[in-house]
Amino acid sequence: MLVALFPTLCLVTVIHAQLCRPDAENAFKVRLSLKTALGDKAYAWNRNEEYLFKAMVAFSLRTLSNRETIEISNVLLCNITKRVSFWFVVTDPSKNQTLPASEVQEAIRMNRNRINNAFFLNDQTLEFLEIPTTFGPPTEPSTPTWIITFGAVFFIVAVGIVLLIISGIHKRRRKSKASRETGDVEDKHETMVTIENGIPCDTLDSKEGRINRAFPADDEKFTPL
Amino acid sequence: MAMMSSVLATDTLPGDSKDDERPKWDNKFQYILSCIGFAVGLGNIWRFPYLCQTYGGGAFLVPYFVALIFEGIPLFHIELAIGQRLRKGSIGVWSTISPYLKGVGIGCFFVSFLVSLYYNTILMWVLWYFLNSFQSPLPWSFCPLNENKTGLVEECQLSNTVNYFWYRQTLNISADINESGTPQWWLAMCLVACWTIVYICIIRGIESTGKAIYFTALFPYLVLTVFLIQGLTLPGATEGLIYLFTPNMSILQNPRVWLDAATQIFFSLSLAFGGHIAYSSYNPPKNDCEKDAVTIAVVNSMTSLYASIAVFSVLGFKATNDYWACVDRNIISIINEFDFPDQSIQREDYLACFTHLNSTQSGRMARLQLKSCHLQDFLDKSASGTGLAFIIFTEAMVHMPGSPGWAVLFFGMLFSLGLSSMFGNMEGVLTPILDMQILPKSVPKELITAVTCLISCLFALCFTLQSGNYWLEIFDNYAASLNLLIFAFFEVIGVSYVYGLTRFCDDVEWMTGRRPNIYWQVTWKIISPLLLLTIFIAYIILMILKQPTYGSWDPQYDDFPIKQEKFYPGWVQVVSVMLSLLPCIWIPGIAIFQLINRRKRKGKNSWPAPDGKNSINL
Repeated sequence: MLVALFPTLCLVTVIHAQLCRPDAENAFKVRLSLKTALGDKAYAWNRNEEYLFKAMVAFSLRTLSNRETIEISNVLLCNITKRVSFWFVVTDPSKNQTLPASEVQEAIRMNRNRINNAFFLNDQTLEFLEIPTTFGPPTEPSTPTWIITFGAVFFIVAVGIVLLIISGIHKRRRKSKASRETGDVEDKHETMVTIENGIPCDTLDSKEGRINRAFPADDEKFTPL
Repeated sequence: MAMMSSVLATDTLPGDSKDDERPKWDNKFQYILSCIGFAVGLGNIWRFPYLCQTYGGGAFLVPYFVALIFEGIPLFHIELAIGQRLRKGSIGVWSTISPYLKGVGIGCFFVSFLVSLYYNTILMWVLWYFLNSFQSPLPWSFCPLNENKTGLVEECQLSNTVNYFWYRQTLNISADINESGTPQWWLAMCLVACWTIVYICIIRGIESTGKAIYFTALFPYLVLTVFLIQGLTLPGATEGLIYLFTPNMSILQNPRVWLDAATQIFFSLSLAFGGHIAYSSYNPPKNDCEKDAVTIAVVNSMTSLYASIAVFSVLGFKATNDYWACVDRNIISIINEFDFPDQSIQREDYLACFTHLNSTQSGRMARLQLKSCHLQDFLDKSASGTGLAFIIFTEAMVHMPGSPGWAVLFFGMLFSLGLSSMFGNMEGVLTPILDMQILPKSVPKELITAVTCLISCLFALCFTLQSGNYWLEIFDNYAASLNLLIFAFFEVIGVSYVYGLTRFCDDVEWMTGRRPNIYWQVTWKIISPLLLLTIFIAYIILMILKQPTYGSWDPQYDDFPIKQEKFYPGWVQVVSVMLSLLPCIWIPGIAIFQLINRRKRKGKNSWPAPDGKNSINL
């Protein structure tokens, strides 16, 4: 029996090798950048990590409606390099063929987040070449932030303008009231100041002289020489 | 005649009884700060460093300081002196010097109005970026998703995130200046907010700007210092500074350098706007305007230098970042191609590895099509104006730690700088209106200011159209530059020859206590007018030689993201010519008008009176 098993095993390995090779049909290349993502906390990529990867792929395919019989052994990895990069295919349990690429792609895209999280990586550090990134729903708030800041700034400025205008009106009212009052006070002050010809004397004491504004200062009134 | 001039040189002038009502500065520091705030503007941040970089680094300082000494400071002194002496805004001052020169004042008024229109538009963009800086991640650091959420927006992917945010999400720019598009509501909101902020600061003239200027003039210096300290600690800052200041003396043989230095000094000091005349007219008559002029001009130039150090340390950081990104991209390509372990090639080993692989595996390396990375290429990428602030600097800030904070500080600084310059512009518009007393005294100043701001805001809505950026470039190039040169020329000629240099020196001696020395007299009489004339002619020649084109942002263009060079259509060229002529046409216009008036009056006086007597009215 052992003798019969050996050729079967060889056959299986050969078939697997044929199914999973670089650029095979329905095969995908995966590239991981562990050091870039995790720095010092990067773990080593070994067979256990490979097993987890196969499990995640199998899990993703099981979430598809018609593939609930997929097993970990159906996921084949090959050409593992130090980069870390490798190729994988998923075989159909019932037939000896690989699953179509579109199914695998759809499954991976739907569960991309779970797969990334299992390895502490993201879309840039765990790359499935030829499977485009799935975008999460945009996290825009209902009112853009700038409108809120705008409202705050505008409100403060508007309040400031109103305050300044009101204080301006107050000042003007006070000035007109004061000018009316000084009209009465001036009569009292006039008796204290010596007056000559209706002009208070002290204003005439300036040393630099006064300009007689009745005398035209305009050069033009003189006939030019 | 000597008696007349000594009478005029006393404390009072005709019409001085109203002088007590003229607003006054609270203290000298407010006045100095206002002039500095007006002079120091956005150009100090984004024009001077660009010129330094383009024209051989430290070597540019030579023509710059020559222009400052022979052109900037003398002209500035004249403006401060005549404003302080004649105590009126620009229109009043020029009609006092000579009625034929009233057109200079009116032209200054118009130029101030046109410039405040488009200057506040730039502030509108700065405010928009400021409001958008209060979020993390910054909105210009990522591409948004496209409509069916399957990928990133294509326009953003082809260019980059900062360009997309500026051209699409801010301006929503059209591909051609003929396509005006619609006003963008978010920009219109920011425009209204900007004019409201300007209004609240200038609501009572210098009473209110005098209080606001303490913040708007000093805050930029604080932020520049913070940026300088941060910039110097960033990697790559020293490369940027070395690149900026390494002098290349051979560039001094290029006449373009001297022309650009002279125009930069001229526009940097905000000469011939009428704003400085207005500011100094509120001074007490006996004030040392000579010391003020030299102080403010020197502070302005020092600020330019200080700002360029801060700017270039950040630009050096950005260039280093871009260089490393380029190297990293190449390293990843090599690693992926040859399946080397992740991070096996460090940045320092890249060159050695590259040469080794090129010699051993040249075929595969050639297929990778790696771009060669040189730090010099990234440092050479220069920009001035809005490109520096909204594209290059925003990208640099994305890579700094704590980027929203830096963005808030940077755009807050730009806003303060622009705001303090706006005060000067608006003073150049409002002081002549108030001095000419076309409106009755009962109309409060607040109302006049409000109406002016409202009219300006409505006109400036044109810049919120989708082609607004193209129009702003036209305004920037044609509305101000030529006209200011003409007005400055007439200023110097008007004071030196029409008013009389001796009379002017007497006035300055009366105000400052010292007679202007030989340097001032020679520059006022000969050197500055000659320099201005030369610059003006050189400017005209350059404008005629170069066919005016503009770069349009067109996603449909084959070479997108490179801008497409298009020629201005005919009607746009007509509008540009009108913009250039509208301010300076007043000079000959008013002169002719006055001439005709004089002839009419002389004619009336020489007609014989009805009773045969030939009476001359005194």
